[in-house]
Amino acid sequence: MAKTSRYRCTLLSLLFVETAAAAELPLNMTKGVTDISHQVYDLHMTILYVCCAIGLVVFGAMFWAILHHRKAKGVQPAQFHESTKVEILWTAIPVVILVVMAIPATKTLIAMEDTSDAEVTILVTGSQWKWHYKYLDYPVEYYSLLATPQKQIQNKIAKGENYLLEVDRPLVIPTGKKVRFLMTSDDVIHSWWVPAFAVKKDANPGYINESWAKVNVPGIYRGQCAELCGKDHGFMPVVVIAKEPAEFESWIQQQAETQAKAKAAEQELLSMNMTMAEAMALGEKTYLGYCAACHQPGGQGLPGAFPALKGSKMATTATELAAHIDIVLNGKSGTAMQAFGKQLTLQEIAAVITYERNAWDNNTGDLVQAAAIHAAKTGNKE
Amino acid sequence: MSTITTDPHAHGDHHEEHHHSPPAGLKRWLYTTNHKDIGTLYLLFALTMFFIGGAMAMVIRAELFQPGLQLVQADFFNQMTTVHGLIMVFGAVMPAFTGLANWLIPMMVGAPDMALPRMNNWSFWILPFAFSILLASLFMEGGGPGFGWTFYAPLSTKYSGDSTALFVFSVHIMGISSIMGAINVIVTIFNLRAPGMTWMKMPLFVWTWLITAFLLIAVMPVLAGTVTMVLTDKYFGTSFFDAAGGGDPVLFQHIFWFFGHPEVYIMILPAFGIVSSIVPTFARKPLFGYASMVYATSSIALLSFLVWAHHMFTTGMPVFAELFFMYCTMLIAVPTGVKVFNWVATMWRGAMTFEVPMMFALAFIVLFTIGGLSGLMLAITPADFQYHDTYFVVAHFHYVLVTGAIFSIIAAAYYWLPKWTGHMYDESLGQWHFWCSLISVNMLFFPMHFVGLAGMPRRIPDYALQFADFNAFISIGGFAFGLSQLIFVWVLVKCIRGGEKATNQVWEGAEGLEWELSSPPPYHSFTTPPHVK
Repeated sequence: MAKTSRYRCTLLSLLFVETAAAAELPLNMTKGVTDISHQVYDLHMTILYVCCAIGLVVFGAMFWAILHHRKAKGVQPAQFHESTKVEILWTAIPVVILVVMAIPATKTLIAMEDTSDAEVTILVTGSQWKWHYKYLDYPVEYYSLLATPQKQIQNKIAKGENYLLEVDRPLVIPTGKKVRFLMTSDDVIHSWWVPAFAVKKDANPGYINESWAKVNVPGIYRGQCAELCGKDHGFMPVVVIAKEPAEFESWIQQQAETQAKAKAAEQELLSMNMTMAEAMALGEKTYLGYCAACHQPGGQGLPGAFPALKGSKMATTATELAAHIDIVLNGKSGTAMQAFGKQLTLQEIAAVITYERNAWDNNTGDLVQAAAIHAAKTGNKE
Repeated sequence: MSTITTDPHAHGDHHEEHHHSPPAGLKRWLYTTNHKDIGTLYLLFALTMFFIGGAMAMVIRAELFQPGLQLVQADFFNQMTTVHGLIMVFGAVMPAFTGLANWLIPMMVGAPDMALPRMNNWSFWILPFAFSILLASLFMEGGGPGFGWTFYAPLSTKYSGDSTALFVFSVHIMGISSIMGAINVIVTIFNLRAPGMTWMKMPLFVWTWLITAFLLIAVMPVLAGTVTMVLTDKYFGTSFFDAAGGGDPVLFQHIFWFFGHPEVYIMILPAFGIVSSIVPTFARKPLFGYASMVYATSSIALLSFLVWAHHMFTTGMPVFAELFFMYCTMLIAVPTGVKVFNWVATMWRGAMTFEVPMMFALAFIVLFTIGGLSGLMLAITPADFQYHDTYFVVAHFHYVLVTGAIFSIIAAAYYWLPKWTGHMYDESLGQWHFWCSLISVNMLFFPMHFVGLAGMPRRIPDYALQFADFNAFISIGGFAFGLSQLIFVWVLVKCIRGGEKATNQVWEGAEGLEWELSSPPPYHSFTTPPHVK
């Protein structure tokens, strides 16, 4: 008995939670923070009201008939049918409504597709399962990955406020300026979507799409990949921070400096050697961030989809070391294995290969250094 | 012709008996060339697939009940959404309509059977193999297809597992089956109509199926071409959809949706025919505009070839193309509106009763219209950029396909069940089935509009916290809808095994040749053609 009443309570509370949650969860499309997103919202509301009005008239007539024209009331059925007048009327009225709707829709659409005169251009590249941002007007580029810990996804620890909608490095754009996004992909089709900008555009491999936004309000805006792109499609969010132009300018200069320094440091590091412990620590971190989604944290892979590294020939035989470096640097065409040469630093690649050759009982004892990766990379170029 | 219409008694008694009673046992079903047997096989097959695909939907809803990954991992979740879609489209809805066509078209046009009975047997019996292959692929190493029922390249080519080969092969078999079924419908309607049944005297179910059959013949080969290109891109080094070899991944979507959009009308036009049969019967009043219904169906079918790219507004088309497809899509609302207005006008000043088939037909009109109106919203390209690939779209096509196509199939089953079995179904159980389905299906799909507008993408196994309460509510609706369908099975079993004897006409207001036959009808429907005045 206690169980039933408790069950009832849960059901009841569910109904109340529903109303309480309504305050948090917007039930409707966001108005967004650009002029275009406002226009889109207005179009959405107009067509919604038109649909509600049509529904009211049609269903109203239908329910009137259901209530009044029923056999139980003893009515005799009329036998009328066919009326050209009525039929012309109910063809013409919808046509008029549609034409009226099409006019503002056309205007907004043409404005949305006008990507000319952009002040900032960013190349957005999707890959399984992360976004890469490259500022074409500044020497700044970086990857943006899901920041939600696996433990939250697997229900081992409490979920954070921005569960699944948080990244390690958000895209930063200036407010008040027309920012053009060029979309492309390294592998399958992805779709870059930020609801607050009313921008959703597919990233097609081998082709470039364009879109733009001019954000009016500084803030943090969150979105997600909108096109099914494989296993972790649900785990590649988009986070954009819009900053005042001056703030943006100082941020991007700082980024440019940091990235230039990192590149210089990398050259210096070529002559320095990591210890096994250092390499394994950095390797594990890199592996979990970039490789574990497919090859799994334990290196066992997913049979039939992604090969195992644990005990594999490539990761355990000395003669395969060059091939191992090559596949991590350049990927393997015709498969989901990407080229990590431009995604990771030389040191990270060296560390991750060291890790793969020594973790999970692979125990080859091989310690790979950044210089070896540099050699393989430049060797490839010649 | 004269030899065919000779007196049937001239053939002698023995011959007569042989033709009028089916052989017993398994062989009857394996070797049958009888339209009713094959219709029954199709319908039972569709029902089985409905429950298998439904079980997959239950897995999806159970995983989405709460945020986080609980029951299944992301890979398997994708396989569930993919195979759920394929099974429901090709295994449940399409075979159910073909089953209805088999049972009803010969009786409605006054023919003894379908025109090509052996091909009819063949077109059914390859289906179980197609779906066994598809379902078996789920047990392969690496799992079944996980790229969505729309199998966009290159996710389905370069980046898919080896189950793709089985997927392609099974889709080929389904396609061959559909094409053979469609040819049979066309040949039957063209050649076997009773004397006096002119084109504009055909029942609307026959008309809508005739148009559907032409759509099938036009687009199923396109689907076959698409899956073949996927196969050769994956295994034989072609680059139809690979930019690196001079191809284009968006080309895949153009070809797929050139099939895909007419396909959605393939799944709804016969439903229009069913509702146009049921509403006049229970309103006891002729259909308001028969001719305009025929013209509206034809224009919907023609327009369906001009709107495919409205599924692809975000792929980056020139603005001119976006405008063209937006206008054409909006235009479809006109003939569809004509249909809905016609049904309401038919009810107007009728004398309605509300037996189960009428209840499902009324629910169809309201809920399909809701799906149609959200379709109109989706046609507005700038707004579509926000709706596209969210739960708003999931809500839209489930209103059209579940409360549209499937409700019409259930309505048809209740409407013609007394004719098929000779027994009345249990009315109060049927009403329970209706009300449970109606409430749960709206709990299931209506809130999806809101989560979609609030920004939840489709095809994700896990979601942000603000969607949690709604998803829990939706899942409860889903489980309730699934359970409600068990009542349907109960009604069917009960009705097949016995019940109040049905009259020939069954329903007071029913009109048409099928109601002139006995209930259940003779094994060969009309051995001598009736005369239609």
